[in-house]
Amino acid sequence: MLELVTISTLNGVLYGMLLFLMASGLTLIFSMMGVLNFAHASFYMLGAFFGFQISQYIGFWPALVIAPLLVGGIGALIERYGLRYVHRHGPVAELLFTFGLAFVIVEIVQMVWGKGPVDYRVPQSLDFSAFTVFSTNYPAYKMFELLTAVAIFAVLFAVLTRTRVGLIIQASLTHPHMVAMLGHNVPRVFMLVFGVGTGLAAVAGVIAGPALVTQSNMAAALGPILFVVVVVGGLGSLAGAFVASLLIGLIQTFAVSINLSVADVLGRLGVAPPTPGGVLADVWTVTVAQLAPIIPYLLLVLILIFRPVGLMGTREH
Amino acid sequence: MSDAASDIAKLPARGALYPAGVPAAVRLAGPWIALALLFLLLPLVFASGSALTMLSLMGIMIVFALSYNMLLGETGLLSFGHAVYYGLGGFLTVHAMNAVIRDGLPVPLPLLPLVGAAGGLLFGIIFGSVSTRRAGTAFAMISLGLGELVASSSLILRGFFGGEEGVSTNRTKLLHLFGLNFGPQIQVYYLIAAWCLVCMAAMYALRRTPFGRMCNAVRENAERAQFVGYNPQVVRFIAFSLAGLFAGVAGALAAINFELVNSAAVGAEQSGLVLLAAYIGGIGNFAGPVIGAIIVTWLEVMLSDVTEVWQLYFGLLFIGMVMFAPQGIAGLIMVHEPLWQARAYGSMLWLAVTYLIALLPALVCLAGAIVVIEMTYHISVKASDGPAISLFHLTLDTTSVKSWLAAAVLLGGGFVLFRLTWPLVGAAWHDAFVEARGAGRAK
Repeated sequence: MLELVTISTLNGVLYGMLLFLMASGLTLIFSMMGVLNFAHASFYMLGAFFGFQISQYIGFWPALVIAPLLVGGIGALIERYGLRYVHRHGPVAELLFTFGLAFVIVEIVQMVWGKGPVDYRVPQSLDFSAFTVFSTNYPAYKMFELLTAVAIFAVLFAVLTRTRVGLIIQASLTHPHMVAMLGHNVPRVFMLVFGVGTGLAAVAGVIAGPALVTQSNMAAALGPILFVVVVVGGLGSLAGAFVASLLIGLIQTFAVSINLSVADVLGRLGVAPPTPGGVLADVWTVTVAQLAPIIPYLLLVLILIFRPVGLMGTREH
Repeated sequence: MSDAASDIAKLPARGALYPAGVPAAVRLAGPWIALALLFLLLPLVFASGSALTMLSLMGIMIVFALSYNMLLGETGLLSFGHAVYYGLGGFLTVHAMNAVIRDGLPVPLPLLPLVGAAGGLLFGIIFGSVSTRRAGTAFAMISLGLGELVASSSLILRGFFGGEEGVSTNRTKLLHLFGLNFGPQIQVYYLIAAWCLVCMAAMYALRRTPFGRMCNAVRENAERAQFVGYNPQVVRFIAFSLAGLFAGVAGALAAINFELVNSAAVGAEQSGLVLLAAYIGGIGNFAGPVIGAIIVTWLEVMLSDVTEVWQLYFGLLFIGMVMFAPQGIAGLIMVHEPLWQARAYGSMLWLAVTYLIALLPALVCLAGAIVVIEMTYHISVKASDGPAISLFHLTLDTTSVKSWLAAAVLLGGGFVLFRLTWPLVGAAWHDAFVEARGAGRAK
């Protein structure tokens, strides 16, 4: 039991940090430009595929640097020549633009790498077990993922709060006109933030790719959960995104290991389940582990009922 | 001033289709009778089996896209999960059909879309009460979350959703009225056409009621709508529930048409498709989603025959529309209305000529893009089939530099020529509007 709790906590924190790597970029982009980047998970997927392709040629470590730079560059170009143009048509058009982008990126990935998974492996220098908890060997690669995510989080935090660029970005979030009057190129700041945000998603893709399965449905599988994170945390709140990422990471990881159904609980209380075979009989026999994929969405609904602005949200958008 | 006024007086009233003296009832019912006749006569022109199937699909999609536009176009609610109500309406209809068959109830097939309508309305009320508390981006994300919730549940609740293979039924086993057994596709087509007509008329009527106008007000400025004394949340909630109702009808029609519903009906792809259809057609106009539904269904059936990467073309078309024609195809047509009203036929003709001049390089550019996409797809995924592919009745070698150069020349040259010819359109457009303004019709 203790073993399960320890391992699940480690995995949950790791998953949460990966979610936060993406949610932080998404939140920054949203609070600055008012655009929820629907294609954010697609940039994560592009990061994974670029990482795979580059590591085929020159190895994993260069890929870890080059792939996010490439994806961030693509993101910045898309902001400059696509999103900035669409801005004149209003926020719905911007959201729809990124929706179409997500659609197209999936198709392009399928066009180039096919629909099946690609053979993206953990690099050999990290392919050993870091330590043993009770009887489980914990892989070093997972520790590397966790440390990378934490390091990037620390750097991001330092840049945002301690540097001049960070101050300009923070000021552009709340007072874009005043920042422009002071002589800063606000559209270029937007482009930079979009590029950095998509680059962060790509980092998550490069390091998560070998641990998960790198294939063309990975954006569609993760994207909706990412949006749950930013809505549950409160749209535009970085701290909220952090808490929600960890919360959802932990809940989902723990749920997978709980094998309990409604029938079990009611059975212990002495209530007999309805006769099997009915249309809704499944409700009684579903286990918590089976429910794991829908728990984030249930959490979303609960948050919306009891706290519509999200955990740490302050503004109505 | 008086000249302009008398000019206007001589022109027929805006949008006048009929000579004076035609009773109001005829004016109101005329277009619908014409549409009914069109629906009646279409199978005589397109009589083949595949054409009938496509017409049926178009009818379903028209209802679905119009119901979607009640949200996006009328109330300003961008939903990424509208397929939930379509799919659940379909599932409830299939279960109702199976129950009717099992118990031998005296219910004829044409009434079963009512089950879909009730189901769509019910789930619209349930999910709408949660999601319409917010508007804008938050609503969009919530609708996405609810869509994923139902789509993921469909793989868990196998009793209701039938697992991977879905739930099937037999539409011919219900009560036969007037000797109709709904076996042949033509009978199903007329069933769909009748329901499509009823739903179109209902949704058109709804947008002309005070409630429809309140939806528009909430879309434009929720705060001011509140000042007038309406609660925007309630308006959004009612619009959402009613959109669910019509989506449920569309789902029921699809269930009757395919005799099968599976979990894809509630999935994200179906939600995306209806969004694409409504937006490409144009969300600002009642005819927009109808045009979009027809085009998207046609493209889906036709393109998926021709190419395996048809969804990429779909996505690119969508991005192109969002960037350059956010009012959709209906909007593109409607910008010419002032010219038509002003009877500026001469400049309209010149405008049409410049369109053709600019269209030519655009098509060349498009052909180049198609060649690049198809060759990329071929060498990366289907390289084992050999290097040759056939495009536009030509055989191209995907490994030779020449093919790629030719494609690049088409793509780049077409683009440059298009950029050179496009100012012609702008100039013609300017002249036409100056003339129309002279006639006192365009602002």
